[in-house]
Order: sequence, then C-alpha cells, then structure tokens
Amino acid sequence: MKNKYSIFSLIKNAFSYHENWEKAWKDPEPKKEYDVVIIGGGGHGLATAYYLAKKHNMKNIAVVEKGWIGGGNTGRNTTIIRSNYLWDASAGLYDHALKIWEGLSQELNYNVMFSQRGVMNLAHNLQDVRDLKRRTHANRLNGIDAVYLNTEEVKKFCPIINTSPDIRYPVLGGTLQKRAGTARHDAVAWGYARGADEMGVDIIQNCEVKGIKRNGDTVEGIETTKGFIKTNKIGVVAAGHSSVIANMAGLRLPLESKPLQALVSEPVKPIIDTVVMSNAVHAYVSQSDKGELVIGAGTDDYVSYSQKGSHDIVEGTLNAILELYPIFSRMRMLRQWGGIVDICPDASPIISKTSIKGLYFNCGWGTGGFKATPGSGDLFAHTIANDEPHKLNAAFNLNRFVSGDLVDEHGAAAVAH
Amino acid sequence: MFLINCPFCGEREQSEFKAGGEAHIVRPKQPTELSDDQWAEYLFMRKNIKGIQFERWNHIHGCRKWFNMVRDTSNDEIKAVYKMGEKPPVK
Repeated sequence: MKNKYSIFSLIKNAFSYHENWEKAWKDPEPKKEYDVVIIGGGGHGLATAYYLAKKHNMKNIAVVEKGWIGGGNTGRNTTIIRSNYLWDASAGLYDHALKIWEGLSQELNYNVMFSQRGVMNLAHNLQDVRDLKRRTHANRLNGIDAVYLNTEEVKKFCPIINTSPDIRYPVLGGTLQKRAGTARHDAVAWGYARGADEMGVDIIQNCEVKGIKRNGDTVEGIETTKGFIKTNKIGVVAAGHSSVIANMAGLRLPLESKPLQALVSEPVKPIIDTVVMSNAVHAYVSQSDKGELVIGAGTDDYVSYSQKGSHDIVEGTLNAILELYPIFSRMRMLRQWGGIVDICPDASPIISKTSIKGLYFNCGWGTGGFKATPGSGDLFAHTIANDEPHKLNAAFNLNRFVSGDLVDEHGAAAVAH
Repeated sequence: MFLINCPFCGEREQSEFKAGGEAHIVRPKQPTELSDDQWAEYLFMRKNIKGIQFERWNHIHGCRKWFNMVRDTSNDEIKAVYKMGEKPPVK
C-alpha cells in the first residue's frame, strides 16, 4: 500500500529534505504473459489500465511504452479541457470525461491541478456566429453548460482582447463554457501511473513494440525490444503512431498523422485568467500557473512523424494572436515544440473493437485528445473488458467509415483541419 | 519547414505548396459495382506510413500544378519529385 499524499506526508518528508519519498511507480521487467497489454503509456493508455484494474477487476495488466510515460502528446498538448461539442455522441463522450475531471484529483490522491477557468470560443464572421449559436443550443439540450456572449460580454470576460471593429477579423461574439478549463498534463499521466501501479499494473518503459503476433483472426502477443509478451487482449493507444501498430497487425485505419505545434512565452504576471480559442483565425491562448502564455498553433497539412512543424504555421498563429491581443506584442517566446496527432476524416476519435479478435484501438483523437483522457480510459477499459463498447463510445466505432455514420466535429475541433 | 523542388518551377519554400495526401490511389473504374467496404477503403483508409511515402503535392502559390513526391515521413527528407503520370523514380 502506497503512502497517501497529504499535508502531513508533505511535512513529514520535509524533515528528510524530500529525499525519502516513495517511488510513485515501479519499473518492472515484463512478465511472460498478461491478460491485457496496453500499447502506449500516455494519459489515455495509463487511464485505460487504471480503470481496467479498478472497475473491471483485472489484475494482470501491462502498459508498454517505447519512451517514457507521458513523453508523447500527453506532455506536449496545451492542456485545455472542455466538452462543448456539437453532436449528441460527442457531447456524451466529452462531458463524461469532464465529469470525471471534476473529481479526479481526489480520486487519484494526486493533484492534477484541474482549474475550471472557463473556455471561450470566438466568432469572427456571421457564419461563425450562426455556428456557435447553434452549438450553444445543442450543448444546452445535452445538459452541457454553454452561453453565447456578444462582443461587449466577450470584452468584459477577457478585457485584453481587441474588440475593435477595425481589425481584419473582428470579434463578433463568442461562446463560454464555464466548467471548462485546464489541468496539469504531466500530473495526469503520473497520477494515473501511480494509481494503476498500486493496483498491480506493470508499467514497462523503454519497451518498443516491434510486431503483433496473430493466429488467424486472433491475437497471441506482441514482439517488443524486451522480448515476446504473450496476451490475448491488446489495447492500442499509440496516438500518432496508431497506423504504425495497425500496419503490424495487417489492419488499415482511416488516419493521417500530422505535426501539431505549441509554444510558450517567457513567464509574466497573471494577465489572462481564462482560455480563449479562435478557430477562424487559428489562435488560442491561456496562461500557465508559472505565468507562461500557452499558445496552440495549427497542424501542418502533410503527413509527418518528425515531431517538428513548419515555421509558417507558428507565424500565422502569432499574427492572429497579436491582432487579437496587441498587449502581447513585445512578449518573447521561450519554447516551441511539436507532437504527432492522428487525425480521422470526421475529426472524431475511434474507440473500437477491430476485425481481429482481441485487438482494440483507441485513436484518432487528432488535435484534442487531452481533454478526454479520463473518459477515454474509462470507456476503452469497458470496451476491452466486456469485448463490447459502452453506450457512450458505441458511435465511435471503426465501422462508421463503412456505414457512413460519421460524427463530423470539424466545427467543434478548436483547430481547423 | 523544408524546400521543395517543384518539377515546373524549381526549388521553393514548402509554405508555397499544399499537400494532397497519399498518391497513386486509383479512382474506382466502376463505382456502381463497389461494396461499402471497398468505398471505405478508397475514401478513408490510408497507409499513413512512417518512412518512405508516395504523396501528391500542389504548388498552390506558384504554378498551381499537381505533382508527386517521395518523402521520408520520419524526418521529412524528400527523396524525389516526379510529374503526374510518371513512374516513381525510386522504390
């Protein structure tokens, strides 16, 4: 049993100069066989393992990660959490996650620094206004808090926005979801890892999957850089590398992997206490607890696994940021990085069984997977444990690309693609 | 960002171009004969290769012509460019 984190454990460990904290998770070598193997030790994968152990009473679980946990998109995103999606299926999925976020720090005994500071989405032309009003109505019918703000209300909620009618893309209004906000991305991976480890999940880092062994239409195990691991249930949560794993199993996916960039500024005093996103001009910004502006840029339009993006994408985003927030004109950017996002044709994820028995995929989150981490893990664990999707992820099956029953969320994705 | 050698205009910045996705996907000759699975395969399923990939590009802010490219998607290194209808110069 792990020591519980509390004010008392903090004081106690202060006396030994914080040098005797217990390891949050072990670093085991893989066993020969597991009941379930999760490929990918990001937030979604670790959450999946956590809920498999916690809610489905499975004990013999491994998470294999080619690098270190949370080193992929979990540690590279802009940490925004919201659930104001248009369609019923998406609203159900993302709000399920948001509800778990609201109690997650308590549940994990790990401070994920979930901050419901609100997320505002801006409208810059009449079609934006119509679309965002429609989305607000759809949200409210689905029980999701959303309000439409006019230009004055936008200015009141975030005074540093330039609402002058003279700018190239003037602010005509916006939506606000007050329950939305941000969380500390690394803490989410670490909290789930600690929780899963405590329930006996083996988290195996620096272990790259090299092949998937099949016997006809059934999986038998995985070849890794640490040897063969036998299992008859594999959950793939490999984000940008989902297609690479699918190719190993001889499966085709409707994904394209593209670079998505983000950047942070030098730290400054609190200036923006919410998250503001603008799909039309492609700029979104929030401020971290350290004081850095966290800015998300767009995806490049070509397939790449290089974890680098094009300079002109960053330039376009910063142009838009400067027009909307002239106050930032002399800020200097500190760091810029890229992650590889796997994008579905309908900008919705896949949480699904496949044509191969025992092989499950959780992928296609594109530019907005972080917000769904707890819900995605919960629903994927349900799908793996029962060999059937939960009603909340039934619409996000792989077969929708054959049936045509797509969940088109291009409008609600914060990043146009 | 990288430089692309347009087969019509020569070397230009990548920002002048638009990527057009996987190349050599042939439009079905008899669309009415296709099953839903075959349509899904044609419309949505992609190789999305990490490594050498064949793809289409358009010099959208230049000559506006389409052409093909062979590129290593793991490091964005361009192996070859060739015109539409030509055979790929590398395997």
